Amino acid sequence: MHQSILVFRNFRYLKWAAAVIALSVVLYWFHEPAVGIPNGGTWLGYALGGFGAILIGWLMWFGIRKRRYGGGGAPVEDWLSAHVYLGLALIFVATLHTGFQFGWNVHTVAYVLMMIVIVSGVFGMFAYLRVPELMTNNRRGTTLVQMMHEISDLDAACREAALALGDEINQIVLAAAQNTRIGGGVVRQLSGDDPACPTRDANSTVRHLADHAPPGQAEGFRVLLGLLARKEELLARARRDVRYKAILDIWLYFHVPLSFALLGALIAHIVAVFFYW
Amino acid sequence: MQERVTVAIVGSGPAGLSAAGRAAASGVSHVLLEQRDHISDTIYKYQKGKLVMATPDVLPLRSELTFKLGAREDVLGTWGKQISDLKVNVRFNSEVTAISGEKGDFTLKLSDGTTLAAEYVVFAIGLQGNIRLLGVPGQERDWVQYQLDDPDEYSDETIVVVGAGDAGIENALALTKQNNVVILNRGGEFARIKQGNLTAITTAIEKNQLECIYSATTVRVDDDGIAVKTPEGETKVKCDRIIARLGALPPRKFVEACGINFPSSDPSSLPELSAQYESNVPGLYVIGALAGYPLIKQAMNQGYEVVEYIQGNQLKPADEPLLEQKFAKIPGNRTVSEVLAYIQESIPLLSGLTTLQLREFMLDSEVHAPRGGDIIFERNDYTNSFYSIVDGGVNIQIDADDENKIVALGQGTFFGEMGLLSGRRRTATVMANTPSLLIETPRRSMIKLVNSVESVKRVMDEVAVGRQIQTYIAPNIPLADLEDLIHTIRVEKFDQGEVLFHEGDEGDCLYLIQRGSVTVSREIGGKEAVISYVPAGNYVGEMALVSNAPRSATIRAAVAVEALRLDGVPFRALMTRNEAVRQAIEMRYRGRVLENIETTEQPEAGGLIQFLVDQGLGEATDVLLIDEALCVRCDNCEKACAETHQGTSRLNREAGPTYQTIHVPTSCRHCEHPHCMVDCPPDALRRNANGEVYITDSCIGCGNCERNCPYGVIHMAAKPPNKPGLLQWLLLGRGPGPGQAVTGKWGPDSKKASGGPKKAVKCDMCKDVKGGPACVRACPTGAALRVEPSEFFKVVSQGL
Ligand SMILES: Cc1cc2nc3c(=O)[nH]c(=O)nc-3n(C[C@H](O)[C@H](O)[C@H](O)COP(=O)(O)OP(=O)(O)OC[C@H]3O[C@@H](n4cnc5c(N)ncnc54)[C@H](O)[C@@H]3O)c2cc1C
Ligand code: HEM
Ligand code: SF4
Ligand code: SF4
Repeated sequence: MHQSILVFRNFRYLKWAAAVIALSVVLYWFHEPAVGIPNGGTWLGYALGGFGAILIGWLMWFGIRKRRYGGGGAPVEDWLSAHVYLGLALIFVATLHTGFQFGWNVHTVAYVLMMIVIVSGVFGMFAYLRVPELMTNNRRGTTLVQMMHEISDLDAACREAALALGDEINQIVLAAAQNTRIGGGVVRQLSGDDPACPTRDANSTVRHLADHAPPGQAEGFRVLLGLLARKEELLARARRDVRYKAILDIWLYFHVPLSFALLGALIAHIVAVFFYW
Repeated sequence: MQERVTVAIVGSGPAGLSAAGRAAASGVSHVLLEQRDHISDTIYKYQKGKLVMATPDVLPLRSELTFKLGAREDVLGTWGKQISDLKVNVRFNSEVTAISGEKGDFTLKLSDGTTLAAEYVVFAIGLQGNIRLLGVPGQERDWVQYQLDDPDEYSDETIVVVGAGDAGIENALALTKQNNVVILNRGGEFARIKQGNLTAITTAIEKNQLECIYSATTVRVDDDGIAVKTPEGETKVKCDRIIARLGALPPRKFVEACGINFPSSDPSSLPELSAQYESNVPGLYVIGALAGYPLIKQAMNQGYEVVEYIQGNQLKPADEPLLEQKFAKIPGNRTVSEVLAYIQESIPLLSGLTTLQLREFMLDSEVHAPRGGDIIFERNDYTNSFYSIVDGGVNIQIDADDENKIVALGQGTFFGEMGLLSGRRRTATVMANTPSLLIETPRRSMIKLVNSVESVKRVMDEVAVGRQIQTYIAPNIPLADLEDLIHTIRVEKFDQGEVLFHEGDEGDCLYLIQRGSVTVSREIGGKEAVISYVPAGNYVGEMALVSNAPRSATIRAAVAVEALRLDGVPFRALMTRNEAVRQAIEMRYRGRVLENIETTEQPEAGGLIQFLVDQGLGEATDVLLIDEALCVRCDNCEKACAETHQGTSRLNREAGPTYQTIHVPTSCRHCEHPHCMVDCPPDALRRNANGEVYITDSCIGCGNCERNCPYGVIHMAAKPPNKPGLLQWLLLGRGPGPGQAVTGKWGPDSKKASGGPKKAVKCDMCKDVKGGPACVRACPTGAALRVEPSEFFKVVSQGL
């Protein structure tokens, strides 16, 4: 147990990737282009390019495989482990394919897109390795839905506690109950916070008012403050949960569309090479 | 003058109706007595619109009434019309409360005080029983009800629910949405209810969604509410409605009061009947569900037959073709009754059965004719059927490491009883040693038989005990050597959580765990800490016997346990007499000492074992766990499950408890003795050789299994139409995508759907999916794992 996909099957796919990289480097090292400097046009250039293109196609096929439930073949875990390592190997394959010839053209656009996809993949990998445990610890055995329920229960309790404390307090508490939001836009989700959280405002205002409260209401204020503090703590945890989920999801919104863009650029690159060389 | 008929039929279920129909058609004077004001109360109470199934298909129907697959309303409507066409003499609102007299002159007492005379009485009262009433003054008020059909019918009322069983709790929870609910609990806590209901009710109480009055007994019902006695004194709860869910009195009590014998006190035992359905009281007949035939068609056939028998007519039972088909494999072209006689002659175990019992036994069983060398089952298979040898013989390979160590069994003997008891994997491989004829009987039928026929139980007990000692302690010891030990053996039962023995007790016996599993715990730092887990097929308590020291640990039942208690004195004598036994026990002893040292050093492991046992893993054979340190919450597991199982996921990833990072999602655990199987009329729940518990197409959608599964993992669902493939969705956007909810056009209610009935669905461990469990195979990070708990516990106690 606790075995991440990087260690999976005793690094089987790392070994595959290492072999691919080693082979590419060795060939490149000993390769003497017939004419000029190493580039995509030599036999090795074609070989590396062809292999790279196949690799990209295969990496993208992962999206299909992931949704083909019930078929035989290797489990998705194998696929992902291989995807990660061979995806990284692509850096070598493609870079050597270029022979370090970059410029302001469609070919380099494809290369750059590829690198961005890979970088987003690396980010995703880190997220997958790190975030799940943080998320579990933060949840403390409950689920987000349960936290939400608990928050709305606290809201009801707050309003009840506020009843005896006058109009102003009532309004603040009501506003805190109605206007507090968890999540929201992408940025808000990722920040895991709400800088203008009505509950936080309510908490500090109520604390302030409590200092000037008549002695008869002290107990009432104490109860309300206790509830608000508990709610704030829960809100923080719920927002953190949303943040973690957002981190786990966000990078795929780059990884996948950009890999389609890459596919487009790759096709353009190949067409350009064969028809306009 | 008291009314007098030839046949009085009690109960107008399918069995009673069919009997009355036949009596009317053949001009026999009769009366059909029904306690309610409508026919067939059991079917009447099915869910609105439920499809009533006419299984088994191969069984021909023999009745004056017709019956085919159809909605509950249509079935009842047709029968109602047919009995009036046949001029059946039916009396509603006539509950029979007592029967006296003898054949030719019975007197039936009805609830309205009248009596009725009959020459013969046919019992067809089904198994639903009589609903328990409150039993206090005022219980007859019209706002006291004993059933709740549609909770949404009521709003803004104060409703008192009496009874804190599953039914009461489910009703109470459903009513809280629109009403003010008070639930009365006789006990001080909620006991013996499903885990899901327990969580739901305790949260609802915590959140003040409903009120619970504990240790409350009802005193009387007044005009405006209910008087309740609690330890603090009597109080009055004002309310608009009372819903009492106190369960039902099993019909058995009533039947016994009429003089009919049951062979044992076990609830699954059936009344003793002749081949003509006549009980031990001459003239008193029992048919239908009460006679052990839980399906409508069978009940109807018996209704017809019983009236024929009463008239003195002979006829072949309607199930004859089924038996003919079964016996077709048997060489020699014998008739059904010849084969039955031959079977009974060859197998002493079955000699005590009545013809009816034998027929039923054979209907449930399968006949096999293996050739010499054919494998019957293999070690580690999960099958739990029972085999009797009619002809030929088998070899049992008792040693996993040595194929040549075999025990041979011949004609008339039986095998496979171990799986029957423990619900665990087979402990040996069995193959035919010559061309043979075997009968394979499913576990459920065998258990029924053991509980219904005393002689079967006796033989099984004796042989099984000896064989278990051989299998689990010392394989080569001759049965004769065990004799004085066997006589001291008792079967002891323990409820979940009960202690077999305590640390520090004197050790005077050894327990061989036959069924269930136990935890081993020790006092560490003033607290009881679990150190390991022992499944069925193992023994505990040998340490004190070997070392003569007090018990070194506490043994507690992790689930309901049945254990053989081997007395210490004869066992020690056996150890001194028999070198092999002594060695086996001492080896185990040394192993345990070492294990205990290892696990005591791993307190977290004990915590995890305790947690998993609390989640019911002690009775699981295969369970889905999620390692939350790896789970990226993509829900691909659920999507995979839905995609491979008609759009409904059978697992709920997020629900369920978590300990450290181990999460137990809501999904089937493939229990050793599946609770879901207990009450399935068509016996649709099965377990196959790999251990998976699945539901066959013969499911009639009664929902019993859904109620019986304590882990809430069975749902009732209709089959949606096939949806377009992945590429069509990707390229054309047709249909719902992978794992998306199937609703509307592609949902089970759409026009495209087959309109099929709702049936029970559950995890079948993807037995029909290429590559095995789709959930695990679809998990990108390896967080989802299926584990076999006993193996897993071993891994855990050795450290993760
Ligand atoms: C939810 C559900 C769904 C099912 N679906 C199917 C299905 O689709 N297909 C199928 O084949 N089987 C199905 N079954 C099983 C089937 O309903 C029963 O096997 C069948 O009804 C048994 O018939 P019976 O005549 O023996 O008894 P019942 O149908 O139970 O009839 C007994 C009758 O006796 C009356 N009675 C009881 N006591 C007395 C008394 N003392 N005096 C007078 N009358 C009395 C009762 O009111 C009742 O009307 C289902 C069962 C359930 C619970
Ligand atoms: C050019 C190279 C790559 C391409 C074209 C590519 C393409 C894809 C595609 C199409 C998916 C499917 C996403 C989905 O449908 O949900 C995917 C998933 C993924 N990729 Fe890549 N990828 C590449 C490189 C990498 C690299 C280098 C890494 C990591 C180091 C990586 C890590 C991942 C991960 C973690 C997933 C998500 C798995 C999941 O949650 O199901 N990828 N990639
Ligand atoms: S469905 Fe049956 S086997 Fe599965 S958990 Fe429930 S009772 Fe056990
Ligand atoms: S599988 Fe469940 S719902 Fe189906 S017939 Fe059996 S008990 Fe009833």
